[in-house]
Amino acid sequence: MDPLGWFEILGRMAWQFMPVWIALIVTFTLSIAFKRKLGLYGKLFDSRIGMVGFFIVAFWLFTAFFADYIITHNPLSQGRGMRNAAPGTPMARLAEGMYEYYLLGGDTRARDVFSRAVMGAREVLTIAPFAAMISFMIGISLGLPAGYIGGRLDTGLTFVANLVLAFPVILLFFLLVAPEIQDTAIPVSMAGVLFLVPVLFFMVLVNSRFHTQPWKRNLYVGLVLAFGLWAYSGLAFNADPLGFWGMSPNLLNVFVAVVFVNAPTVFRIVRGITLDIKTRDYVAAAQTRGEGPWYIMMWEILPNARGPLIVDFCLRIGYTTILLGTLGFFGLGVSPESPDWGSTINDGRSVLRSHPHLALVPALSLMSLVLGLNLLADGLREESLKD
Amino acid sequence: MLLFLLRRIGVMLLTALCLTFVVFYLTNLPAKLETLAKTQAGSRISDAEVQSWLARNGYDAPMLARYGEWLGVLPGWTREAEDGTLTGRCMRDVEDPAMAPARCGIFQGYLGQSTRFRAPVSEVIGARLGATGWLMLWVVIVMVPMALIVGVLAGMREGSRTDRSLSTFAIASTATPEYVSGVVFIALLASTTVGLSPLLSSWGWLPENTALFQGNARSALDQITFWNFTLPVMTIALYGMGYVARITRASMTEVMTQQYIRTARLKGVSFPNIVMRHALRNALIAPFTVIMLQIPWLLNGVVVVEVLFSYPGFGWVLFEAAVNNDIELLLAASMVAVVVVLLTQLISDVGYVFLNPRIRIS
Repeated sequence: MDPLGWFEILGRMAWQFMPVWIALIVTFTLSIAFKRKLGLYGKLFDSRIGMVGFFIVAFWLFTAFFADYIITHNPLSQGRGMRNAAPGTPMARLAEGMYEYYLLGGDTRARDVFSRAVMGAREVLTIAPFAAMISFMIGISLGLPAGYIGGRLDTGLTFVANLVLAFPVILLFFLLVAPEIQDTAIPVSMAGVLFLVPVLFFMVLVNSRFHTQPWKRNLYVGLVLAFGLWAYSGLAFNADPLGFWGMSPNLLNVFVAVVFVNAPTVFRIVRGITLDIKTRDYVAAAQTRGEGPWYIMMWEILPNARGPLIVDFCLRIGYTTILLGTLGFFGLGVSPESPDWGSTINDGRSVLRSHPHLALVPALSLMSLVLGLNLLADGLREESLKD
Repeated sequence: MLLFLLRRIGVMLLTALCLTFVVFYLTNLPAKLETLAKTQAGSRISDAEVQSWLARNGYDAPMLARYGEWLGVLPGWTREAEDGTLTGRCMRDVEDPAMAPARCGIFQGYLGQSTRFRAPVSEVIGARLGATGWLMLWVVIVMVPMALIVGVLAGMREGSRTDRSLSTFAIASTATPEYVSGVVFIALLASTTVGLSPLLSSWGWLPENTALFQGNARSALDQITFWNFTLPVMTIALYGMGYVARITRASMTEVMTQQYIRTARLKGVSFPNIVMRHALRNALIAPFTVIMLQIPWLLNGVVVVEVLFSYPGFGWVLFEAAVNNDIELLLAASMVAVVVVLLTQLISDVGYVFLNPRIRIS
């Protein structure tokens, strides 16, 4: 068989992505049809930049979701004679039912670059949004009281946040994400503290709203606690009795490091916004009504701070993706088999000048995802400012 | 002002102390010390040999005591071998062990010995910082004017076509981390078999089998040329640029809506004159602080780029020290990094006060 030309490669790739296209078409038709009823999300479809950003992000989201149907080969299996194969090379040895080509070539261990890049999307998109979310909850839970109550609490928290921010990120990664650290209690105890915060966050959120109706409060707080502690036991200590939640020590280590780096920045943003909002009239009105401080923080200040926070959340997912890539690039905290984009770039680095496709495919994938997130954030910012 | 400065410096010292302790703690975990012993004395040594190597080199004291030794507030460890020769923390560089000072730490200006490079840390850091200094100098020379021009041009007429395209460019550049742009640059411009160089050679503009740019910057240590330094500098500058440009744009658009700009326009001042004489000065206050705060962020990029382009500078040393758990080198490197971070924060705060007349006069 002859190797494929570029048009054929693109055509076959587009065909492989068929489930993604269908999902995208459905999403866009529905969203545009009902955009007036969808709030901020619907307004996104009024701005061209926001739509492009949303398209790219949704593309990668659906790719991660349908990855099993898109890949042409197992991302870990090695094809005989396909080492560093050029894009579009037919398989040297074709087994029954196997896809005939390596669409984007083979890597240094003769694995399919295309399938690895697609699977890499799943790796990245399972960690990055989740890590950004935990960072946000920590930043919010600490930033609200620091800004609202102020005083010594604020001084102390700000000092700690600045301490972490003064640490060069890369140095922190070198120190925190190492196989030796995984054997110590450091990642687990850090996770124990960091993952507890979201549980507390939701508890306080519910409690401050319903504390005047005890039976409702007890029900909701109980539900939050039951679900939160279930997830907490699995994620932080890998001790989930049902085995639903869980993270490998490798992943936990990476996760903790990324959250630790991101949370102080969120803290600073939330603190700044809180300082601004707490002088507003509706906060004074709530104080006069006799609402408790947590109610004011969680139900008066936080909803009014949502605009900048949503925008920053998009940016933060992008930044987390970059951080994860940096970790992979230095070979930190990932197994050598892992198809995530950072370590694939690192693998391809040695043969960059003779076989650039190895590193270029994951590099461009990563860039497009982050670009999509940034464009989406820009569109959201523009639309939320119009209100 | 003086009180403000003193307080800031006090906080700075406290921060540096906390951070070095964290680094010290993380590099001195038992598992890490074991790795260090194995890389130094051979990977196949037994546990007992690891213990004796650690004891011989002064790693068996409690961690706080050793942190005190490193700071120079506690006397350095000494050890008498069975044949009567004295070894100790402070006796590595002196001829006569008896003449060695009791304390040697950073308060005495002694940074220790690098186990990876087998040389005093101050020498290693000093030489490498110089190399990185050149890199950073060029990065700043390229990045700052480019970012300011892009930001001002985009922010001068908000919503225009120039603004749209330049803003998209700025967003794209913040979305391209160094390890992506570096890889793309090398593949496009520094390879003899793919990218632009073979094309140029086939047109006869380049000799056969040469790349346009060099993908390896080691030769820049001897002499910096356009061909070996462009790619590393561009790689770092591109990522940092977008952010500064966006801040400049935001600040510029804000200034352009001010009353005094409208007054100037109504007075009949020409548009270039308004931008240059009325808007620019006020619009550049915010970017100044951002540029200063951006410098420590560039450290990330410096490490990536120096590893990618094998340019032996400070970032490369940090990488090597971390990989080999070279404790004292890592401590010194992190101290340098922290001091740079805190100093730039201080400069940005002080500079903001000086640049902003509203704060300066009140």
